[in-house]
Amino acid sequence: MIPAAFDYVAPTTVDDAVRALSEAGEDAKIIAGGQSLLPVLRMRLAAPSKLIDLGKVPELRGIREDGDALVIGAMTTHYEMQHDPLIAEHASLLALTANAVADPQVRHRGTFGGSLAHADPAGDLPAPALALDAEMVVRGMDGTRTVPAAEFFTDFFTTALRPGEILVEVRVPKTTGWSAHYEKFNRVAQAWSIVAVAAAVRVEGGAIAEARVALTNMGSTPVRATSVEQALVGREATPSAIRDAAAHAAEGTSPPSNADADAEYRKHLARVLTSRAVSAAVGA
Amino acid sequence: MTATMEPEVGKSRRRKEDARLITGRTRWTDNLTLPGLLHMAVLRSPMAHARITNIDASAAKDMPGVHAVFTGADLAGEQGSLPCAWPITEDMKSPDAPSIAVDKVNFAGEIVAIVVARSAYEAADALEAIDVDYDDLPVVLDMAAAVEDGADLVHEELGTNKSATWIFDSGAAGTGGDVDAAIAGSEVVIERTYRQQRLIPAFMEPRSFMCDPTGDQITLWSSTQIPHILRFLLAAQLGVPEHKIRVIAPDVGGGFGGKLQVTPEDFLTFLVARRLGKPVKYTESRSESLLSGHHGRDQIQKLTLSAKRDGTVTGLKVELLADMGAYLRLVSPGVPILGAFMFNAIYKFPAYKFVCTNVFTNKVPTDAYRGAGRPEATYAIERLMDELAAELDMDPMAVREKNWIAHEEFPFTTVCGLTYDSGNYEAATAKAMELFGYDALRAEQKERRDRGDSVQLGIGISTFTEMCGLAPSRVLGSLAYGAGGWEHAAIRMLPTGKVEVVTGSSPHGQGHETAWSQIVADQLGVPFEDVEVLHGDTQSSHKGMDTYGSRSLTVGAMAVVAATDKVKAKAAKIAAHMLEAGEDDVEFQAGSFRVRGTGAEAKGVSIQDVALAVFAAHDLPDGVEPNLDSEATFDPENFSFPHGTHLCAVEVDTETGRTTIRKYVCVDDIGKVVNPLIVEGQVHGGLAQGIAQALFEEAVHDESGTLTTGTLADYLVPSAADLPTFTTDRTETPATSNVLGVKGVGEAGTIASTPAVVNAVVDAIRHFGVNDVQMPCTPMRVWQAINTGQTDAGGLGDEAGGGLGSMNVTDTSGGQQ
Ligand SMILES: Cc1cc2nc3c(=O)[nH]c(=O)nc-3n(C[C@H](O)[C@H](O)[C@H](O)COP(=O)(O)OP(=O)(O)OC[C@H]3O[C@@H](n4cnc5c(N)ncnc54)[C@H](O)[C@@H]3O)c2cc1C
Repeated sequence: MIPAAFDYVAPTTVDDAVRALSEAGEDAKIIAGGQSLLPVLRMRLAAPSKLIDLGKVPELRGIREDGDALVIGAMTTHYEMQHDPLIAEHASLLALTANAVADPQVRHRGTFGGSLAHADPAGDLPAPALALDAEMVVRGMDGTRTVPAAEFFTDFFTTALRPGEILVEVRVPKTTGWSAHYEKFNRVAQAWSIVAVAAAVRVEGGAIAEARVALTNMGSTPVRATSVEQALVGREATPSAIRDAAAHAAEGTSPPSNADADAEYRKHLARVLTSRAVSAAVGA
Repeated sequence: MTATMEPEVGKSRRRKEDARLITGRTRWTDNLTLPGLLHMAVLRSPMAHARITNIDASAAKDMPGVHAVFTGADLAGEQGSLPCAWPITEDMKSPDAPSIAVDKVNFAGEIVAIVVARSAYEAADALEAIDVDYDDLPVVLDMAAAVEDGADLVHEELGTNKSATWIFDSGAAGTGGDVDAAIAGSEVVIERTYRQQRLIPAFMEPRSFMCDPTGDQITLWSSTQIPHILRFLLAAQLGVPEHKIRVIAPDVGGGFGGKLQVTPEDFLTFLVARRLGKPVKYTESRSESLLSGHHGRDQIQKLTLSAKRDGTVTGLKVELLADMGAYLRLVSPGVPILGAFMFNAIYKFPAYKFVCTNVFTNKVPTDAYRGAGRPEATYAIERLMDELAAELDMDPMAVREKNWIAHEEFPFTTVCGLTYDSGNYEAATAKAMELFGYDALRAEQKERRDRGDSVQLGIGISTFTEMCGLAPSRVLGSLAYGAGGWEHAAIRMLPTGKVEVVTGSSPHGQGHETAWSQIVADQLGVPFEDVEVLHGDTQSSHKGMDTYGSRSLTVGAMAVVAATDKVKAKAAKIAAHMLEAGEDDVEFQAGSFRVRGTGAEAKGVSIQDVALAVFAAHDLPDGVEPNLDSEATFDPENFSFPHGTHLCAVEVDTETGRTTIRKYVCVDDIGKVVNPLIVEGQVHGGLAQGIAQALFEEAVHDESGTLTTGTLADYLVPSAADLPTFTTDRTETPATSNVLGVKGVGEAGTIASTPAVVNAVVDAIRHFGVNDVQMPCTPMRVWQAINTGQTDAGGLGDEAGGGLGSMNVTDTSGGQQ
C-alpha cells in the first residue's frame, strides 16, 4: 500500500514545529510514532499535503518531576513508559497500561502524545490519563494552554486540540504509593481493547481511601466510572465489596457493537473487568 | 566414504534453506527486477454485484509516469477464461471466469482496471483518477438462501446458483449398506448442523508476479505453488504455444493452498507485459491479498449419525452446501469432494451417504486451503462422536475405541471403498492419554463443576486420519480431475561427484531442499553437503505436478528415490568394469561399489569415482553411454493415511466467555520420519492454523458483500502469544505403499486440531445445556451460549470498533500497493 504523495519536514524545536504547522494550514498533519497515522495514509483514508515529524524535537522527550506532578514529554514512547523508574514510582498505572499496548515493535515507536492526540476510544492510554486527572499542555501560535483530560477527549478521534496546536507534554499528578492495574480484554495478544479498565486505588488500613477508575472503548471517549469510584471509597478492600461497586461500571456508557462484541456484552464485560482490575490492584 | 556412515534420514538437520529465507536475502519475486521494468497496479471493485456502466480512465492516462491503462474491454478478446480443472459432474455449471471484469462484477475485489507506470508509486496514484460507474444488482451472500427457488442469481445466464451436486452412496456403490435404512432402524440418531466458516489462507509473502516478454520465450515469475500446472494452463487457456512459456516460482513464502491457483493476476501480468512488449511486475498489498486471493472452507454441514445404544455406529449421512464464491477456480468444486471419503474417518461405518451441492455467491471464490475438504470432514465426524458420547453418557474415547479399525484389521477397506494400508490407533491413543494425564484432568473437571467454579475445564478429543499423498492418477481420473497425480525427479551426477537433484515438487516453505538432500545422501552414499536441490523453474525442472495435498514426500521423493536407483544401476555396470568384476558380483553400500563378500576394507569404487570416470569416458564398458544422469516418474498406487490422537484441555472463563488452551497433546503417526525437526515445524504450524479456525479466524462480509476483515488487525491470525506450549510425540507405523514408509505431515495438525479444541470448549460448558458453539468460538459466542443458549452470537455489527482501533478501514477499492 502506497500513500498519496506528501511533503515532509522535521523541525528540531517546538517553536519551529508550531510555526510549520500553522504555515502549512489545515491540510498538514503532525506525525509522531506513525503507528496510527501511517496505516491511515497507506490505506488512503487521509491524504495530508504535509507531514511535520516531531521525532527530531528533543524538548518533547523525557520524563521529569515537577512538585506533585510528573511531566511526560509527548514523544515518550510506550516502551519508555513501561521502563521508566519515575513512572513506575509515581504513576504505575501508566506503566502497566503501556505494557498492554499492541506488541513490542509498536511500543518502541508509538508515543504517549500520539495516543492521546489520536483519541481512539479503543486506544489504551487515554483511560489511565483520564483516571489520573492528567493535564495536557498544548502549544500553538497563540502560546501555551493546559487542558484537563476530562475536557480533552471530546468525541471519536477528536480532542480539544485546536488547529495549529501541538500536544507538548502531559502533567500527571503523582499517585505515589497507590496500587494500580490495567485490565485489558481482547481476542489476540497484539489487538486493541474490546473493553479495558484502568484502576488506581489508595488503600489505608485495609479500606479504600481513594479510587480512580476509567474505561476504554465504552463510548466515543474514555469514560470515568464515577459511580464505581464513589461506591469504592470507604469500603473494605474485599472481593465482595469490590464486586458490588463494580456493578455500577456500565452506568452512563454507550459502547459500540461489532462482530466481536455487542453493546450488552461490552457492558457486562465492563462490570466483570472493573471488579478484576480493582481486585488485582489491591491484591484482593 | 566409509561403510559406517550414519544415515541422514532420521536426523534433525536444520534446514539449509532457512538462512536465506528468514533474512529475506533471496529471490522472493518482489525482490527481483529487470531492465526497464514497469509496475502494474489494479483497481478492484468495491461492489459485490453490479453492472459496470462506464469506466473513465482518461485522467489516469495523463498522470505522471503512466504508460498504459487497461479496462476489461481492452483485454476481453484475449483473456479467455481462468481455468477450472475439476468438473466434478458432467452437468456442472461453470461460468466464464474473466481475469478482469468486462461488463459485470461478481465479487467485491474483482479487478476492473489496470494501470501500468514507471514506478509502483505512480501506478498507485493513477488508480485514484479512474472513475467507474456501477449499477447495483442484488447481492447473493447466504448459501442456504441462494439455493431456494426464486433466489436472486449470481450468474443470470446459468438460471440457478447451484453449480453441481455430487453424491456418494455406499449402498449404490456396493461398498456398504443403505444409509436411510440404517437410520430408520437405529436406536439413536444424532442430527447436527455445523458451519465451516470462511477462512483466508494468509500466507506470509503476498503474491507477486513479474513477466518478461522480451525473449523468444515469455518468462513469468510467480509466487505460486504450481509452476508446472501454471505453465500448462497459460498455454491451454491463452493459446500460447507451451514451449514459448517459461514459468519460474523462485523462493515462495508460504501458500497453504492459497497459491495453488492460476490467478487473475498471473494472467493479467502476462497479458499486459506481452501487449506492451516490456517487463511488468505486480505485487499485491496485504489487504489485496486478504480481499482477493482465494478463500477457504465455507460449508454448511447437515449431519445425521445413527448408532446402537451400546455406542456402535450404524450409519452416517452428510448433506453439504459448499460456497464456491463467484467463480470456480482451479480446484474449487473438488475441495468438498476430497472430504467425501473422510467423514467416516477411522470408524467402521456400515452405511454412508454424502451429498454435496456447490453454490455460487457474490464472494471471493473459495479453493484449497490447508487440508482442503479433509478438515471439514474431520471436524464433523469428531464433533459427532463427542455428541454421541454425550447422548449415551459414555466417555468420548470409549465411543471412539468401540468403533475404530483395530490394528490387526489393516489393511482395511472403508465404506467409501478406500483401502487404509496401515495404522495403529490404539498405540497413538495410549501414548497421548498418558502424556495428557487424561484421568487427572477429568477429575479436576468434575471438581470444578461440583464447586461451580467460574473457570470450567473442558477436554476435547480428535482421533483423526486423513488421506494424503495426492494422488493415484487413476483415482483422479475416476473423479474427473483434469490431470494426473504423479511426480517427476531427475538426478544429475556432476564430474566432481556432486549431485544435483531436480524435483517437480515446488516447495514454498516446507524444507524440501534439506529433506531431499538427506534422502539422496543416503541413497547415493554422498555427503549431505554435496547435494543441491533444483526446483520451481520449468526450464531446469521441466516436468512436475507441484506441491499440495501433503504429496511432496510421499510422491515427489519417491520419484527422487527411483531416479537414484537408476543412477546406481548405471553406475554398477561401470564400477564392475573398473573393479574388473562381473556386474552381478558387485554390491553398493555406503557410497561404494565392492566385489560382493570382500568386506568393507576391500578396494572399492565410490560413486564419485564412477562419476569422474563417466566424465572422462576413456574406459567405459562397450555400449555404455557416458552418462549416469537419470530421471523417474512416480505414480502412487494408493493414498497414504497418517493418523493421530490429539487431546486438548481448555479453560473457559464463564464470566467473560474467554477460552484459554491449557494443554495440548498430540501423538501423530506419519510413518517413517525423514527429519524430525521439519516434522515438528509442520505439526506446530498446522496446530496453530487449526486452532485458529476453532478460536480466532473468520472472513466476515457485511450485508453488501464487503469483506470487513480486510486487514490483519481484523482477520485474527494468532501469534505465539495466543497459543499454548504443544506436547508433540509420534508413533511410527510405516506406510506400506511406498519404499520409505512415509505418509506426509503437511496438513495433519490443521486437520486434527480444530475439532479437538471445539470439543473441549463444548465439553467445558455442556452442563449449562450447550451442545455447540459456532466457530470461531469467540468470547462473546461462548458467553452467550452459556447465558442465553445462542451459539452463533456476533456476526455483523453496526459500528466499527475492532481491527485498527475504532477506524473503519473497510475499503475494497484500495487496489494500490
Ligand atoms: C498493529 C498495531 C496495533 C496497535 N495496538 C494498539 C493497542 O492495542 N492499544 C493502543 O492503545 N494502541 C495501539 N496501537 C496504536 C499505537 O499505540 C499508536 O502508537 C498510537 O495510537 C499513536 O501514537 P503514534 O505516536 O504512533 O502517533 P501517530 O500515528 O504518529 O499520530 C496519530 C495522530 O495523532 C496526531 N499527533 C501525534 N502526536 C501529536 C502531538 N504531539 N500533538 C498533536 N497531534 C499529534 C497525529 O497528527 C495523528 O493524527 C496499535 C498500532 C498498531 C500499528
